[in-house]
Amino acid sequence: MKHTLSVLVENQPGVLARIAGLFSRRGYNIDSLAVGRTENPAFARMTIVVDGDDRVIEQVSKQLHKLVDVIHVRDITNEPFVDRELILIKVNAEPAQRGEIMQIVDIFRAHIVDIGRNSLIIECTGDEGKINAIQDSLEPFGIREVVRTGRIAMMRGVRDIDEEEDHA
Amino acid sequence: MTLATRSISLAKEEAPALLSGAEIVIKALEYEGVDTVFGYPGGAVLPLYDALYFSSIRHILVRHEQGAAHAADAYARATGRVGVCFATSGPGATNLVTGLANAYMDSIPVVAFTGQVPLDLLGRDSFQEADITGITLPITKHNFLVKRVEELASVIRKAFYLARTGRPGPVLIDLPKDLTLRLAEFKPPQEVSIPGYRAEPRLDTSAVAAAAEAVARAKRPLIFAGGGVIAADAAPELMALVERTGMPVVTSLMGKGAFPEDHPLALGMLGMHGTTYANFAVSHCDLLLGLGVRFDDRATGNIETFAPHAKIIHIDIDPAEIGKNVPADIGVVGNVKMVLRALLEALGETPDVHAWQNQVAQWRRLYPLTYDQGKEELKPQFVVRQVYELTRGEAIITTDVGQNQMWAAQYYLCRRPRSFISSGGLGTMGFGLPAAVGAQVGRPGETVIDIAGDGSLQMTVQELATVAQYQLPIKICLLNNGYLGMVRQWQELFHGERYSQVDLSQGGPDFVKLARAYGIGARRVTRPQEVKPALEEALAAPGAYLLEFAVSRKENVFPMVPPGGSLDQMLGGKKPHETHPKRSG
Repeated sequence: MKHTLSVLVENQPGVLARIAGLFSRRGYNIDSLAVGRTENPAFARMTIVVDGDDRVIEQVSKQLHKLVDVIHVRDITNEPFVDRELILIKVNAEPAQRGEIMQIVDIFRAHIVDIGRNSLIIECTGDEGKINAIQDSLEPFGIREVVRTGRIAMMRGVRDIDEEEDHA
Repeated sequence: MTLATRSISLAKEEAPALLSGAEIVIKALEYEGVDTVFGYPGGAVLPLYDALYFSSIRHILVRHEQGAAHAADAYARATGRVGVCFATSGPGATNLVTGLANAYMDSIPVVAFTGQVPLDLLGRDSFQEADITGITLPITKHNFLVKRVEELASVIRKAFYLARTGRPGPVLIDLPKDLTLRLAEFKPPQEVSIPGYRAEPRLDTSAVAAAAEAVARAKRPLIFAGGGVIAADAAPELMALVERTGMPVVTSLMGKGAFPEDHPLALGMLGMHGTTYANFAVSHCDLLLGLGVRFDDRATGNIETFAPHAKIIHIDIDPAEIGKNVPADIGVVGNVKMVLRALLEALGETPDVHAWQNQVAQWRRLYPLTYDQGKEELKPQFVVRQVYELTRGEAIITTDVGQNQMWAAQYYLCRRPRSFISSGGLGTMGFGLPAAVGAQVGRPGETVIDIAGDGSLQMTVQELATVAQYQLPIKICLLNNGYLGMVRQWQELFHGERYSQVDLSQGGPDFVKLARAYGIGARRVTRPQEVKPALEEALAAPGAYLLEFAVSRKENVFPMVPPGGSLDQMLGGKKPHETHPKRSG
């Protein structure tokens, strides 16, 4: 099953290499990985989607914890959380087709961010299901290029991801 | 600017004393209490060696950087302090890699300093440039590429703290050459702050209580002690637990010395080449208390059939070890010494284990370690046994890797911690000699004996020069069978006796002449009756001595659990008398 890990790390060069290296050498599968600075510029947040059973995920989490640059790891899969992904889709769009595409864009509350002579770039955010759905809907027009960010996630309500939880 | 002119000019200005990066490294080492460094100079570390020139720190000049890493590693194992090594950039740094991986696998505290090309040449494939922080990422506990001289002192402080605390391990600091020439103020760093690092986790007292209850209820409890007991200096607590509960003890290779092996409840090593009685005890116990072990495959054999009747309690400082290889019924994260103290306190009634002790004693009588010395051919086991008897188990033993290592583990009984120094996890051939250098430098008053193999010794034989230069009174017991013996053994047993590329008997060298070429006393021993007098002569000699024992060429290490087999299904011992159900779960 897919798990969403929220990992707080020191914002230093080499941290991404350490984490990527850990995943590859221990044979864990990264589904997606998104990284960016947090409200504190000294730290960065990685949202890692990883596939594996509970035992694998426990090992992933413990091994991540062992990296000195990793401050906190939380598996938020079973917590109430909001997750988003951003996709940019460059789709074939002859002038005659633009209207139809714009309707789809409206339905998904997406945006057209660039218009070429016979193509459009569409930007859409949402959870993975929605992103997959808009991609499917645009498929018949001929998708030329897709760029996705991978999932980022945040826990709902007042609780913060980095609040101490019990590590048994 | 030379050191002398700089200090004069500074005195005039009365500014805070500025030191070069290299001088800061040396000051910081002195601040950490480091008195010995193993290393090899080169272009990128010239400033470091220049600063070392004025320091009281003792530098041991090895003959290959791998030797520096192994010596620092063994120095740490023998003394309990952090081992330190220096190497230059590029090939100097990459030559450390095997030694760092070795220290990493066995959780040994080492701090390695490597030179690096100047910052403005980094990443441009410059002369003797290697991305050593990238290369050592998976084989160090942590590493640093220092880019600002102002942070150098605090990086070194962090490196030592990381290396020796928690689960110990090697840490590498990469120093661009220009950084070691830049000037900064040296402020002895205060407390280290590493937000993502917790050396000592909070002790889970409920898990300790559960462990105490499980021990009290067990009828056939067994202790499995590993390197973590030695790392935590927990041998006294382990002895207290055994005296309180009467639990027998098996050890991993890394655990040798954690518990005196001449104790009636010591069953020796478990695993692939463990004693039959240790493996039977594991296969029949109803409680296995793992102390500072990682349930390595050489120790467990087939995981599915490992300790099939046992509830498993796993105590380790590294949370990631709990349940990594073998599912633990009770896991306690913590320093073994602290956990054992808490466990001893929590332990109420102790189990009645007399029947179990009798059973174990019976196995010991029925299935002892055996070899057939005979009158002519010299048996390696006999040699090791003689070494044990003559030193009464009080020497510090280093080993190479392969058959020599397993015979040393089987026939040399260790009576105290930090006296059996062997490459456990990585299995590094050539470890023995540079390890003996490190151990002897760290423990100058002790008898240090390297039990070597002819294949292994040739991998690091250049360190004989280091032995000679520093007049280290190391005794090398070379078990020469002219084979890569362990590989040959596997080819005999599992590859239809097709001996592919394992015969080392052609090409020499004459080890006696080789040792003498370095000015080291040496003697060749071919007959059983010569062993004792030769050992006595070597041990009495004031300096280093190499004894080449021409041992039986095709002797095998037995008993042996074939790879992936169950611990109670051993080759070469007596026949196993029953089989076991698979472990559930």
